[in-house]
Amino acid sequence: MNQKRNPSRRDVLRLAGTLLVGGVGVGASACRDAPPASSTTPGKTKVVISRDARLQVQKSGVDSARLLNVLDRAMQAMCSCDSPLEAWRKVVRPGETVGLKVNCLAGKGNATRVELVDAICERLQQAGIKDIIIWDRLNADLESARFRVVERGSGVRCFGNDTLGYESELVTFGSAGSLMSRTLTQACDAVINLPVLKDHGIAGVTIALKSMFGAIHNPNKYHLNVGDPYVADVFMLPPIRQKVRLHICDATTAQYEGGPSYMPQWTWPYNGLIVSRDPVALDHLGWRIIEKKRTEMGMKSLKELKREPTYIATAADSRHQLGTNDPNRIEVVTV
Amino acid sequence: MKSKASSASRSAPLDFGGNPLDRRAFLKAAALPCLAACAGGVIAPGLAYGGPPAESDAQFTVEAQHYEKLPYKKIKCKLCPRECVVDDRERGYCGVRENRGGIYYSLVHSRVVAAHVDPVEKKPLFHFLPGTLAFSIATAGCNVNCKMCQNWDISQIRPEQARSTYAPPQKVAALAKQNQCASIAYTYSEPIIFYEYMMDTAPAGHEQGVKSVVITGGYIEQEPLKKLCAAVDAIKVDLKAFSEKFYKEVVNGELKPVLDTLVTLQKQGMWSEIVYLVVPTLNDGEAEFKALARWVKSDLGLDVPLHFSRFHPEYLLKNLPPTPLETLERAKAIADAEGLRYVYIGNVPGHPAENTYCPKCRRVVVERAGYTVSGVRIRKGKCQYCQQPIAGVWGS
Repeated sequence: MNQKRNPSRRDVLRLAGTLLVGGVGVGASACRDAPPASSTTPGKTKVVISRDARLQVQKSGVDSARLLNVLDRAMQAMCSCDSPLEAWRKVVRPGETVGLKVNCLAGKGNATRVELVDAICERLQQAGIKDIIIWDRLNADLESARFRVVERGSGVRCFGNDTLGYESELVTFGSAGSLMSRTLTQACDAVINLPVLKDHGIAGVTIALKSMFGAIHNPNKYHLNVGDPYVADVFMLPPIRQKVRLHICDATTAQYEGGPSYMPQWTWPYNGLIVSRDPVALDHLGWRIIEKKRTEMGMKSLKELKREPTYIATAADSRHQLGTNDPNRIEVVTV
Repeated sequence: MKSKASSASRSAPLDFGGNPLDRRAFLKAAALPCLAACAGGVIAPGLAYGGPPAESDAQFTVEAQHYEKLPYKKIKCKLCPRECVVDDRERGYCGVRENRGGIYYSLVHSRVVAAHVDPVEKKPLFHFLPGTLAFSIATAGCNVNCKMCQNWDISQIRPEQARSTYAPPQKVAALAKQNQCASIAYTYSEPIIFYEYMMDTAPAGHEQGVKSVVITGGYIEQEPLKKLCAAVDAIKVDLKAFSEKFYKEVVNGELKPVLDTLVTLQKQGMWSEIVYLVVPTLNDGEAEFKALARWVKSDLGLDVPLHFSRFHPEYLLKNLPPTPLETLERAKAIADAEGLRYVYIGNVPGHPAENTYCPKCRRVVVERAGYTVSGVRIRKGKCQYCQQPIAGVWGS
């Protein structure tokens, strides 16, 4: 992939806008070991929305060069850097094996795009990362989303949990008791979560928090009560909480109804990425985007349909503290 | 409570070549992929999560029998009261049924993860052919998620997460007969979720003169239940508690459908027994015991055996102690006082309440120690001392 001109800090600032809560601030960096809710503005957590109206070149394809540019702008804004590599080096360090947790359950129609993963791999490698593992639940899911399974070798590998299996010791928090994917526990030093932006017929929405169901052996047990508190409890499991450093939501195409299966009639080109270290803030914002689209399309709210994603608030409560769902504490940076 | 799917004193793991294995032979065989169904009795933890199963998915996959097709390739499962609505490419709560393009499939037909020859007393079924053996099988999966599950390592996993053995119905029936088992027991995990396999295996067993018994939580819809009753010979129900609160918070299920199941079993003339696992602080109140006993008396009758079993800390309830013996004895005393005729204490080997007593003359008619039956004094279904009929299935 050819490297394009990277947007400068000035470009980012010029493009920065507000959504929902307004206020643009690209100040202090969100460094590698900072807590998830770190922000440029004291007391606030940052969520970056990076979009390009011309991202999609045909019905289901994206312009890879534009996508890389969208990613770069997002990362620079997220980490308050003038170059994307500088930004990535604030997230990962050379020598680490970095996992890219994709979401492929819906197949190629609405899974994390291969082009996005390619772009991230390119930047990670330029930032000095040699070992990258693209992973999700099953090899079959990955293949259905156009990823090529590569289980061995060095460099970029790609495989499902069925390759390494699960740990044999149960890990618990609250209502959750699960065996963890060995890909997460043994193969990866750090994880970048790459969910998609979509509706979920049981849990309301599935974005950053719920996507980590792909790291456990028994996600089918955690859809009761709109996934509340299970989604939050699962994210509290130490291997997840400790290793996931960043969330880059693939919102190139988003789905506002009929999920998690791919239903093309209910998708729309959002043409963007949503990036945050705070999965709660990201999910809250993503949920609002989906609700806004539902309203535009004359559909009932998720609350009216009894599938309001209350697990997002649970993830923010005093027991979980995975981030914030308070709009007054979320700084949305649009680039 | 379901018996733990591990090697117990009298249970023997099975070689699907048809030979009972001694411990040494079993341990040796467990290292072989073809026998990975068992270790530590049933499943080798080191193998279970170590990689993909060697078997083809197709041979275990059959269309589910009870579901509705919905728009947009969704389905609604009608096997258990949870009635999961499942999207394309997704699975139900049980983890073993998958929607593939709008058709719902069971992924566990003939997909055995646990197999043993057990005494039928281990199920426990105390009034069903005492002293006989049960060829006991399980697949992965369960339609609830009890925090005290003793077999969570097979019940709370997906089938592809364990090494399994292909064991079609005719093979199970033949092995049961070969191992001198009077019955095939569908047990350890939750047989409702491998319903199609069970429904095919029971008649195969009958053709060989082998009966079928079901060890279940009883969380099943009425229609499949009635069909099941026509196919099998006895059903033991784990009644987890007598409160909806417990079912919601500890079982992740509902009480009412389980009670409905028990009533239907009675109406269908199915031999059934109830096990109530007494969990300290959670379902061990005297009022609950009394309400349970009264309900059994009024809705099921006095002859349904009721087993109060001792809890051992497992899975997500390791913080609780084993059930004190006094609690179990108190529960039994309350049920006895209500007039129930066959009330037992389980998981306390050697306790006198393991025996069956004639409700009329009070003499021991089935003498047990653990899973061992040392004497049966029932002739043609009657106490050999006083000729009082003893409810159950006693054989010739």
